[in-house]
Amino acid sequence: MRNGIFTIMRKELSRFFGDKRLVVSILLPGILVYVMYSFMGSAMGSNFGVDEDYVPTVQAVDLPASMEALLPQTGFAVVVAADEAAAKELVTAQELDLLMVFPKDFDETVAAYQAASGSPAPNVELYYNSASTNSTFTYQTVVALLDTYEAGMVNKFDVNAGGEGYDLATDEDSMGSLFAMLMPMLLMTFLYSGCAAVAPESIAGEKERGTIATMLITPIRRGDIALGKILALGVISTISAASSTIGTVLAMPKLMGKAVEGMNASIYGVTDYLLLAAVIFSTVLVLVTLISILSAFAKTIKEAQTYAMPVMLLSMGLGLSGMFGGGASQELWAYCVPLYNSVQCMTGVFSFSVLPVGVAITVAANAAVTLLGVFVLAKMFNNEKIIFAR
Amino acid sequence: MSEKKELLQVQALTKTFQLSSKQQKLEKTKEKVRTAVDHLSFTAYEGEIFGLLGPNGAGKTTTLRLLSTLIRPNSGDALVDGFSVVKEPDQVRSRIGFLTSELKLEDCFTPNYLFDFFADLHGVAPSVRKERKAALFARFGIDKFAEVKVANLSTGMKQKISLVVSIVHDPDIIIFDEPTNGLDVITAKVVTDFLEELKHEGKTILVSTHIFSLIEKLCDRVGIIISGKMILCDTLENVCGGMSLEDRFFEIYKETVGDEE
Repeated sequence: MRNGIFTIMRKELSRFFGDKRLVVSILLPGILVYVMYSFMGSAMGSNFGVDEDYVPTVQAVDLPASMEALLPQTGFAVVVAADEAAAKELVTAQELDLLMVFPKDFDETVAAYQAASGSPAPNVELYYNSASTNSTFTYQTVVALLDTYEAGMVNKFDVNAGGEGYDLATDEDSMGSLFAMLMPMLLMTFLYSGCAAVAPESIAGEKERGTIATMLITPIRRGDIALGKILALGVISTISAASSTIGTVLAMPKLMGKAVEGMNASIYGVTDYLLLAAVIFSTVLVLVTLISILSAFAKTIKEAQTYAMPVMLLSMGLGLSGMFGGGASQELWAYCVPLYNSVQCMTGVFSFSVLPVGVAITVAANAAVTLLGVFVLAKMFNNEKIIFAR
Repeated sequence: MSEKKELLQVQALTKTFQLSSKQQKLEKTKEKVRTAVDHLSFTAYEGEIFGLLGPNGAGKTTTLRLLSTLIRPNSGDALVDGFSVVKEPDQVRSRIGFLTSELKLEDCFTPNYLFDFFADLHGVAPSVRKERKAALFARFGIDKFAEVKVANLSTGMKQKISLVVSIVHDPDIIIFDEPTNGLDVITAKVVTDFLEELKHEGKTILVSTHIFSLIEKLCDRVGIIISGKMILCDTLENVCGGMSLEDRFFEIYKETVGDEE
């Protein structure tokens, strides 16, 4: 590496690591993400769950004998409704969880009913309150019970009786597809935030403070300044993105709750992580280059942050596309388009279907875009209208 | 004088700026382009101090920025030790030291770090750098503050550090824009004494100022710029013609501006 590039890189890095506040500002998001996601996970869990020792209250009108025998299975407190209208009001007021209204002589009617006759089947009415978690839970339990009862009456065959052991996807695959859905979007967002936190400060900030001209007065090549800055910013942004990513991965089991018990990032091997690291670093370089070029047009850091907004929308939008894309693309052209290619590679790595040649193309395409950007930035550094814009 | 090497040759240098509509209104003018430097020519010889004298807005700073390659001329050229500011700006940059209030140092670094950083950008060898730093820091009393962040230093000390940083590469041509502006009398004297020292070392120095006494004290030759044009350029003696520089300047100013109005 040429000396000039190295000198600029060293300066950018020591400026950054010499300032404790800046260091905290890139590490903090990771910690915040962890705390926030863990909190969200536990808040959502308590919101949609019912306390284990809660006993739902149910009232019934014309409760048939068959149900009288069946309902105790649920452990619910079932009493006969004295007044249907009053019971409905109790459900509305969330003081009663469920009101069951059976047709008169339910058992006889059901036994006599012929499905082929075309006349409407006997209807059981269940009144519940969807605004109450307990009521919804009670309703769902009773519906399931009635469905089972109905199925038992005309049972000719079962499908997957017992339910366990039929899904042959490994736990790894299920976790992988979950990671593949969420992580590209989160990663793209984190990568953008990491870059946006440092690039405007380094380019527009130096313009604003008048320190860039002091550098431009020396014989160092403009290309060396541009490349040195972009590489250093890339390193810093990657650290920042890594902090947020680690925070997310650690918080993921808490966010997802019991559904993915035991879910963690140890399902991926060293190769996966190395491929991911290559994709992330090359993506960061593209983002830093784009934001740096936009920042060079800006007169102040604030202005630069505004100019960078479209890049944010682009990278988050592409990240979202990974959520609905149906897995990593198998078409090689998809790996030639910067940022889009990153999402494809990330989806691939997380779902265990990565194309190594795709990653190679991605890294090469991103490197090419970065070099082109360095060239543009160097030209901009030579342009007095841009550097000395007032 | 004429057998001395012509280290700086300025040839019909011209620079124009676009006026924004706001400026046009402010100055009540319809012209869209303002000529800041108008076919300016002069020569500075090796080992002399050349002073550019002119009122505010005359084009002094623009001229110096053109010579230091920060901005490019619309037409004309300047040769710095034989290298064109238009065609070989890199060569020019490695031969000049430029000091102006416009060039700032990053607050978060120490003088020690900044000296090394700029020495690296100029490609100064580490051993030479160390020696030069020790000498310059001692000369300006920076050694005591070598490890204090620039942000925490006084204005005078900052100016001294800017000066030292601008000559880390020991350039043969030194261009100082208003070198004593904003300095107290003591620091100003340190700077002017140093300029004389540099001259005795054989350096060529170009200073811009509107302070007559500074020109009288330091300069061998002087160029008077008014409205971007070189009105008079000669040795200090010849320019003054027995008068004080101040009286002579106002005489010239009246003639010139009177002519134009």
